Amino acid sequence: MDPMSASVELRDVSVDGILYDVNLTIAADETVALIGRSGAGKTTALRTMNGLVRPSGGEVFVDGTALASTDLIALRRHTGYIIQGVGLFPHRSVYDNVATVPRLLGWPEERIRAAASDMMRDIGIPLERFGTRRPSLLSGGEQQRVGIARAMIAGPALLLCDEPFGALDPIVRRELQDVFIAMRSGVTIVFVTHDLGEALRVCERVVLLDAGRIVSDTPALNFTSEPEPLAQQFVAAARL
Amino acid sequence: MNDILRATGQHIVIVAIAVAAATVAGVPLGIWCTRRTATARAVLRAVDVIQTIPSLALFGFLIPIPFIGGIGPRTAIVALILYSLLPIVRNTLTGIRGVDRNVREAGVAMGLTARQLLFDVELPLAMPTIVAGVRIATVIAIGVATIAAAIGGGGLGDLIFRGVAMVDTRLILAGAIPAALLAIAADVLLTFAERAILKTWG
Repeated sequence: MDPMSASVELRDVSVDGILYDVNLTIAADETVALIGRSGAGKTTALRTMNGLVRPSGGEVFVDGTALASTDLIALRRHTGYIIQGVGLFPHRSVYDNVATVPRLLGWPEERIRAAASDMMRDIGIPLERFGTRRPSLLSGGEQQRVGIARAMIAGPALLLCDEPFGALDPIVRRELQDVFIAMRSGVTIVFVTHDLGEALRVCERVVLLDAGRIVSDTPALNFTSEPEPLAQQFVAAARL
Repeated sequence: MNDILRATGQHIVIVAIAVAAATVAGVPLGIWCTRRTATARAVLRAVDVIQTIPSLALFGFLIPIPFIGGIGPRTAIVALILYSLLPIVRNTLTGIRGVDRNVREAGVAMGLTARQLLFDVELPLAMPTIVAGVRIATVIAIGVATIAAAIGGGGLGDLIFRGVAMVDTRLILAGAIPAALLAIAADVLLTFAERAILKTWG
């Protein structure tokens, strides 16, 4: 019943002043990190993949369909999106937040309840304890768990993450990375981070952007021996 | 005493009609302003200018205008609507613009339509600010409505104007005190509504 995971392709994608002729192909089921310094264009590249940013040149394809000629509303309901600021709806309970996309998709309420119960248990925010609470009463880590549950509950084909754990303390961050690793199969993931350790831990492939261009694209296992100077700077900076 | 009650009743009716109409017009106008910056600037300038016209002059300007003008409560209501627009439009705009960027972005990224985003996210979150605008508009309108008696609008201003003409302090107070109490009551009531909305969010 859940949609299969989707491939993503950026073909000569430019965004004025931010991205320049970026070509990137991500296969279905892959988990890919986009890393780079602040302002390198990682977030913009990610945001072209659900149509939050419209490229000024080139084309973006998700599952082989050009975004310029598709129904973005429908696409977004099958694309998870997790951001550093979480963006929970403050006027809705945790359960109502998690139920957002299934309700948009018209699922019957019992199915939503069952899916939320499973998903929230796996993510460590059991429905019985957290369901009726308001987001403002949760810790930062709990809020981001709700954010993950909300993005994953409808079984998205593609999951886009923008520094999802950037605002969390290192211990909570590690816990959430583990949650994330446990659920990454069956969905294509694009993960923006400037933390190389996180990229190597969570992702199979690392794409390095610099000033709006891809300067390196390697399997995570090979990244530390990547000759590109910026890659080496990242490796050096990540060492304790 | 009967005079005071009747005048207070008239006063409440005039203000209630004016603020209700200004809300019905002002909230959509404020929403529209959030969608276009150029429009927002022009609309805010216009309602700002209206606010700076002295109330007695505004009543005077409206009298000769066909259909809405003339002597009587109708003209008073039109003037009060114009005065009430500014706080309502401005607060609607401020409230919607104040919605957390992340919240709006998450809504768009989950596939809410523009209409769903407005009604399910932006308006509920802007509601305390919009209610604050209605509250300010109501308090101002209760004060300005006393002047409406000058053009035959009725209300508590009748007592005040009569008191001034007859140099009767008691008559002036018979109009002024209920007007002040009405303003305080409206302020308290609508502040309570704002708090109640905020409280439901925990």
